[in-house]
Amino acid sequence: MAEQSPVLEMTGIRKVFPGVVALDGVDFRLYPGEIHALMGENGAGKSTLIKVLTGVYDIDGGDITLAGAPVRINGPLQAQQAGISTVYQEVNLCTNLSVAENIFIGREPRRFGRIQWGLMRRRAAELLARLDLDLDVSAPLSTYSLAIQQMVAIARAVDISARVLILDEPTSSLDTSEVAQLFAVMRRLKDEGVAILFVSHFLDQIYEVSDRLTVLRNGQLIGEYRTAALPQVQLVEKMIGKELAVLSDVEDEAQSSREKAAEASPVIEARGLGRSGAIAPFDLTIHAGEVVGLAGLLGSGRTELARLLFGADRADQGELSIDGRPVTLRSPQLAMKKGIAFSSENRRTEGIIGDLSVRENIILALQASRGWTRPIPRRRQDEIVEKYIKALQIRPADPERPVRNLSGGNQQKVLLARWLITEPRLLIIDEPTRGIDVGAKAEIQKLVAELSGGGMAVLFVSAELEEVLRLSHKIEVLRDRRLVEELENTDGVDADRIMQTIASGATS
Amino acid sequence: MTSILKNRLFWPAAILVVLLAVNVFTSNQFITIRDGHLFGTLIDILRGSAPLILVALGMTLVIATGGIDLSVGSVMAISGAVACLLISDLGDQNAVGPVLLIIAASIGISVLFGLWNGALVAIVGIQPIIATLILMVAGRGVAQLITDGQIINVQSGPYATIASGFLLAVPVAFLIAVAAVALIVLLTRRTALGLLLESVGGSPTASRLAGIGAKRITVMVYMVAGGFAGLAGLIYSANIKSADSISAGNLIELDAILAVVIGGTALIGGRFSIAGTVLGAILIQTLGVTVVAVGVPAQATLLFKAIVVVALCLSQSPAFREKVFGRLKPRPALRAEVAQ
Repeated sequence: MAEQSPVLEMTGIRKVFPGVVALDGVDFRLYPGEIHALMGENGAGKSTLIKVLTGVYDIDGGDITLAGAPVRINGPLQAQQAGISTVYQEVNLCTNLSVAENIFIGREPRRFGRIQWGLMRRRAAELLARLDLDLDVSAPLSTYSLAIQQMVAIARAVDISARVLILDEPTSSLDTSEVAQLFAVMRRLKDEGVAILFVSHFLDQIYEVSDRLTVLRNGQLIGEYRTAALPQVQLVEKMIGKELAVLSDVEDEAQSSREKAAEASPVIEARGLGRSGAIAPFDLTIHAGEVVGLAGLLGSGRTELARLLFGADRADQGELSIDGRPVTLRSPQLAMKKGIAFSSENRRTEGIIGDLSVRENIILALQASRGWTRPIPRRRQDEIVEKYIKALQIRPADPERPVRNLSGGNQQKVLLARWLITEPRLLIIDEPTRGIDVGAKAEIQKLVAELSGGGMAVLFVSAELEEVLRLSHKIEVLRDRRLVEELENTDGVDADRIMQTIASGATS
Repeated sequence: MTSILKNRLFWPAAILVVLLAVNVFTSNQFITIRDGHLFGTLIDILRGSAPLILVALGMTLVIATGGIDLSVGSVMAISGAVACLLISDLGDQNAVGPVLLIIAASIGISVLFGLWNGALVAIVGIQPIIATLILMVAGRGVAQLITDGQIINVQSGPYATIASGFLLAVPVAFLIAVAAVALIVLLTRRTALGLLLESVGGSPTASRLAGIGAKRITVMVYMVAGGFAGLAGLIYSANIKSADSISAGNLIELDAILAVVIGGTALIGGRFSIAGTVLGAILIQTLGVTVVAVGVPAQATLLFKAIVVVALCLSQSPAFREKVFGRLKPRPALRAEVAQ
């Protein structure tokens, strides 16, 4: 393999967004017939690099050569024509159409303008057979599982252009046997000479399937390694890097407040609370000053649980009490009155109001709770906003700038500020660190630890186990829309222990 | 200079100035004093634009929430019909007290129709364009039922005053519009209503999760739009001293929407501009007057109006401006931007 020349070579790639350098001089090589893992924590620049490759973003510097020839990828269509196909985490297919239609949509075999259905089905079946899949190609895609749908997406991608295949977190919502099935397909394609770029959060999967890996951190290239030659511990070190110093502080803080929290009175208590189709009935108690982490895969019911506690969705069974008094949270407004704050995982659609300024976004929740007839005096607004811009280091520090123009991390800080000024007793934050740069991430984690130290109860939802482990006093593990286990975060609990529960259900 | 040129309202304002200038030359009396009050084309424009300003104000708030109100014309017809019917039943049509009471009642009824729209949109969850289409169609029928299909004439001095009267030499109708603008500016900018409105229009989901009672605000906004449409209907009917349920407010919803858009409020909701809307409404009214003044043949007026509107919209489109002005002189524009 060493003598072969790379099919794809990226050198010195640079990409800048307002307020953050997403990629800074990153090199990346991909050889034909290899599975190459792209590693890094959230915000390291993985998705940016992929978006550069697929033509979603234009680069600010650097060169890309494909099969020896320099290319400039200006759009998804061009990427496809150059031989680069991508399959994303969320399957982008039409589930109401048949398998064959999905594979050939937009490029159906035609004769005299008429679609040749027979030929299309035959070719679809051949293609799937190549991947060792035996499906009824005329059945609607929706009749198959998510894993199969993903493989149909892969089949479509390799049929369009087979040189480079990018798989962006394809396994995040698959179960173990489905993952094995996917890996079989990947290996088969690899044997056919396809270069596969694979992104996954699961280290075990990386070690199982990849040949080589490239580590990014904070938008910079850390290195390229042969997977077999790099022990897992070292990989994690390279991914987390110098961030470790800051984080151990956070951990200390979390530890010290742990004892305090255990004695405090419960802020919120859920008994058999649930909502059919969203989350099975669960029991949960959160004390003042306690950080409770929610761990689980995408779609495991993390967000659904959080939303019930805020009244964003209404529970259809069970009881909830706040300070020992039973309540029914019919709306977010009511939850806010009870001192609960909730920052959604969908920062763009459920968090910020893009057109409004930083100042307006920050005061929004407080203003809403006061009602429209009692405006917050402008001078008071400016004071509050200035204080929080300083405290949370929101950049740029311009209160009148539309929040839309801020980077993800700063938008997240604006949202945190929005809720902190309402002085909540329970702060629910759903994926606050997703897709933001490492610096902002550490700051947010530190803030959470400080808040709980000050007596605030925090429900912390994150897909990143490390982060949950670092911050939480207590960890609730979810699987298949069910709370399966509650773990005191003592020294014996680590990511492996939680992953085990996520993978296999409760250990009891 | 470039900052003025870049202002969204520059081109509408420029076109308004040009149109007014045309009127200065074509009309024999642009502005003058006769019988102790102001008189002339400018005054006609100001007085004539009152109903449109009122309707467009309500429309601005509705559009800011991401909605639209097609029923304003029908509400105008209803309020005019109610007022004229009640006034025609009065023993003394010139009694000020009862007439004021009737005016208040008509506006109140219009607010109730706004409540109906708001309830359909916010509580039942019907799309605004469909929800208000119901009243747009049905409302005119209601107005005809009220007047029994007839045109009701009234001979009420106090009633006519709201359309054609003068106070301190200024037309009462225009003063009513000014008061309405002041009221709305106070209501939206002195309270938090404006912020919450823009938030709801910008992102309903995010607003709900921020604890904003979006439903109540939405209902309220349709009620305001209803009330202002009702007031506009009264001015219209007072002007012709009768209730004409067929042509009162006919197609005014389109002019109102146009005024809002010219004023820089996006149809998808969010940020809104009251000043822009007022400018837009006056511009549309001036355009109508000018077309007649310069003697464009009657059959060509609509086409002429369309051309001006298209030019106006193009002047406001960032993409179009970029293409035309960006190519002409890209360098100086760039430097000026840096200098700021």
